[in-house]
Amino acid sequence: MSNRVAAPPRSILARLRLRERIRDRDTAIYGILLLIALVFPAIALYTSDGSTYLIALAGHAGTYVLLAIGLNVVVGFAGLLDLGYAAFFAIGAYTYALFASQQLLASPIHHAYHFPFWLMMFVGLLIAASAGAVLGFPTLRLRGDYLAIVTLGFGEIVPQVFQNFDQWTGGINAIGGIDQPTLPAWVTGPWAGADSISIVAPFSFSFDPIAYYVLIFILVSVAIVLVNNLHRSRLGRAWMAIREDEVAAAAMGINTVTTKLLAFAIGASFSGFAGAYYGASFGLVSPDDFLFIVSITVLVMIVLGGMGSIPGVIVGAITIYFILNWFLPLLPPAVQSLASSIGLGSLNARSGDWPGLGNETQNVTLLVFGLILVTMMLLRPQGLFPSRVREQELKHATGQEDEAAIEQAHA
Amino acid sequence: MDKLDDNILVLTNVTKRFGGLVAVDDVSLSIKRGEIFALIGPNGAGKTTLFNNVTGLFKPTSGHVILNGKDITGSRPHEVARLGIARTFQNIRLFDYMTCLDNVRVGRHVRMHAKLWDGLFKLPAERREEERVTEEAMELLRFVGIARQANQYARNLPYGQQRRLEIARALATEPKLLLLDEPAAGFTPQEKVELMALVRKILNRGITVWLIEHDMKVVMGISERIVVLDHGEKIAEGPPEEVRTDPRVIEAYLGKSA
Repeated sequence: MSNRVAAPPRSILARLRLRERIRDRDTAIYGILLLIALVFPAIALYTSDGSTYLIALAGHAGTYVLLAIGLNVVVGFAGLLDLGYAAFFAIGAYTYALFASQQLLASPIHHAYHFPFWLMMFVGLLIAASAGAVLGFPTLRLRGDYLAIVTLGFGEIVPQVFQNFDQWTGGINAIGGIDQPTLPAWVTGPWAGADSISIVAPFSFSFDPIAYYVLIFILVSVAIVLVNNLHRSRLGRAWMAIREDEVAAAAMGINTVTTKLLAFAIGASFSGFAGAYYGASFGLVSPDDFLFIVSITVLVMIVLGGMGSIPGVIVGAITIYFILNWFLPLLPPAVQSLASSIGLGSLNARSGDWPGLGNETQNVTLLVFGLILVTMMLLRPQGLFPSRVREQELKHATGQEDEAAIEQAHA
Repeated sequence: MDKLDDNILVLTNVTKRFGGLVAVDDVSLSIKRGEIFALIGPNGAGKTTLFNNVTGLFKPTSGHVILNGKDITGSRPHEVARLGIARTFQNIRLFDYMTCLDNVRVGRHVRMHAKLWDGLFKLPAERREEERVTEEAMELLRFVGIARQANQYARNLPYGQQRRLEIARALATEPKLLLLDEPAAGFTPQEKVELMALVRKILNRGITVWLIEHDMKVVMGISERIVVLDHGEKIAEGPPEEVRTDPRVIEAYLGKSA
């Protein structure tokens, strides 16, 4: 009797292969991330007395997750070092900003456009992807360092172009007053609460961090599914083959130029997506938001997370983002209060050449950041959650070093 | 005149110059459908350079490469693969950090149809193709005898199995003509015997084989015709017994007797 009752759930469990899936590291990371993403808003609201600051921060971190996923396609999968990735981010952001604000009224065409966010997101994606293809076409014949330098140049040029074409883009004054995404009335309609019985107005995001958090959560989830699909497809294998040995890949019938071009364009399209989101969530787009430091930060995120591993780069992006934008700013006040509590409060005051402990800590925050990066890379050179490939590569690399050391010792 | 149909590949006056160096000098030869054809010659004779000219890695300075009556001179490597020439490399060039199965599946790339969208959204047709390709790849791994290593990284295979994997990967492109660049290099006598058996099995699949080989036993054992290259020039051509006794060949390998 008891056996009969117990049997059906067991078979369902077996069908879900739950144990197997949990044992699979990537699935486990996705599960944990999903759980955190779902409970995070509640915890953030509860711990900070209803302030949505942390949720806004998380939403912005999501932009970087999208960027990291996109750059990982280019660098991690196809092995093309792209140091100008922020350029595509800028292109996506400006695409949305120009066509969803009053900006073009002041431009030579004297007409402002207000296209909906949901459309411009995909337009931004397409334009960034085409920019990737246009840049890639002449440059992808280059390899390694040379490609890196060309992309570096491109990354410098694009923000400069947006800055100098100030007739169109407002230049250094940035583009402000960017439209907020709205959901049509029928989405918020019948289930939107008591006042839905009356005429329902379209739901505007109006800088609500929670709305943006939900949006970026959906965008990132879709991106993860799509990139995972690509990774396990014909194209994904072609990318890996090119990364491993371009000559052999070509000899096996892979058109290396178009395949690399696709990696570039697809990588760029993610940042075009992210750019539109970025423009909307801040309501302001300025050329200063897309400098070299952005490209490098995203690169650091994927290297530190584990190049080529999708869950790895997601964790890397979130980690680095919160270290930079949450942990480091908290440091000076934390050090100050620590000093006071152990009776060294006098250090907090400014005196003579001493700027005070708070300011001094402020001065060294980037040093701390550097130390954190160096420590993490020393402890886990393969990244936090590396792809199997990367792990093996480093294992062999160190193995070879050992062999070389042994040979030297015997010589 | 020869019937055109008999020859799968015809090279006419192929020359490759690198600056002042003439690596391949006016070589003409034709390979018959369904034969095992060997190219031999001392080190630096231009054998691999000739392979590279045929497979599109290099463009011949002059001359023509004709596959099945179609001029493919100067085609790019992936086009040559699509047209039905596959190759292995003298110094093995596997995708080291991909599994054996994936290595062979990359070989299937050129015969697959999935487009970007199919892969992006995992459409049913793409799933079916992936399943089919996985089965075909496993079949090829069984064919060369390394199916048990399917999930290992190519990097971690022993040397002999790496050579076999490279052959499986080349076969995955469904070639009409297979170019093997020193397939027996570094093999034990036992492995060489096994390799010869494998080459015959490949021939039975209806694939013409053109190989570069140093080991005379292997060459004499399996090939029907041999071309000898020295300093980029063709110095002899014919069946093994004839070539073996050709004075110019002996001179090229052993030097001029005093």
